[in-house]
Amino acid sequence: MKKIEVIQNLLEANDTIAKRNQRLLDEHKVFAVNIMSAPGAGKTSLILHTLRRLKNRLSIAVIEGDVASTIDAEKVQNEARAVVQINTRNMAESCSLMAVMIEAALKNLPLDNLDLLLVENVGNLICPSEFALGEHKRVVISSLPEGDDKPIKYPLIFIDADAVITNKMDLLPHVDFDIAAFRNSITGLNRKAEIFQLSCKTGEGIEEWCSWILRQAETNATKP
Amino acid sequence: MHEFGVTENIVNIVLAKAGEAQASKVIQINIVVGEMTGFVPDCIQFYFDSLSKDTIAQGAVLHFEVVPTHLRCRDCSTIFHPQDTLWSCPKCQGQSAEVSKGRELYIESMEVE
Repeated sequence: MKKIEVIQNLLEANDTIAKRNQRLLDEHKVFAVNIMSAPGAGKTSLILHTLRRLKNRLSIAVIEGDVASTIDAEKVQNEARAVVQINTRNMAESCSLMAVMIEAALKNLPLDNLDLLLVENVGNLICPSEFALGEHKRVVISSLPEGDDKPIKYPLIFIDADAVITNKMDLLPHVDFDIAAFRNSITGLNRKAEIFQLSCKTGEGIEEWCSWILRQAETNATKP
Repeated sequence: MHEFGVTENIVNIVLAKAGEAQASKVIQINIVVGEMTGFVPDCIQFYFDSLSKDTIAQGAVLHFEVVPTHLRCRDCSTIFHPQDTLWSCPKCQGQSAEVSKGRELYIESMEVE
């Protein structure tokens, strides 16, 4: 019997494709955002608000990831410049999005005519955190009914986030959600994350979020 | 089920390395997996048994070394293992920490004949 040293990262295959995706996006000056959350936290609602507010300023495409159905793609198609739906139930590799799926989706998007790509990941706080897609920024949405302990229960996805959004702020009087405890656990894990509090229902806080995205996309466009 | 893709990578890497070493059989694969990663060893084993069927890796033992999560306090640099609901530093009670161990996911070595 013989022992062979290997030392090979098991996520390397995905990371390599993710880097290739990002290079392609950079060549076309498209700013990409990976939006992640548990199911029902408000990813599609936030994307709809973002499209409605920014579509006159930026040309925006959406990649919709779901286990099944085209419900979300249909919801956003009237507002977005282009939409691609990915259904992961047809993919053997994973339930959440992986870089190889984005690589295929990018071929169906008019990259020359885009400024911003919003990728709605499959609703899940575990699987998406390990798989880079080629995005420039990672955004995690947590909604009040989920409880304030999610960053402690699912730390990885929050540690790597560039922005954390607390959605459904209109429900604050009705749920036991300790905003200060939630913010402390985020800043304790992740000092770089921007934190936004908003409600897709009332529109409160949406403007601040959209200004941030707009600033990020504009900065990306002026990168050499 | 995100373990499926990772297990495919394990099989691909192992078969390539075994080929280079001109091995006839893979006996054991030593995998290092961090506690934070969310990858479940039993699940990887389950997919491995099916994906390695009819290859020289069929029947290989997957040995997992699970690396516990270690955090480093950003205030006093103490390394500690986080408690379930509490991430504060046991020495200075600081609330800010970075991960120093627990995100590993790699094949360390393998045994062949």
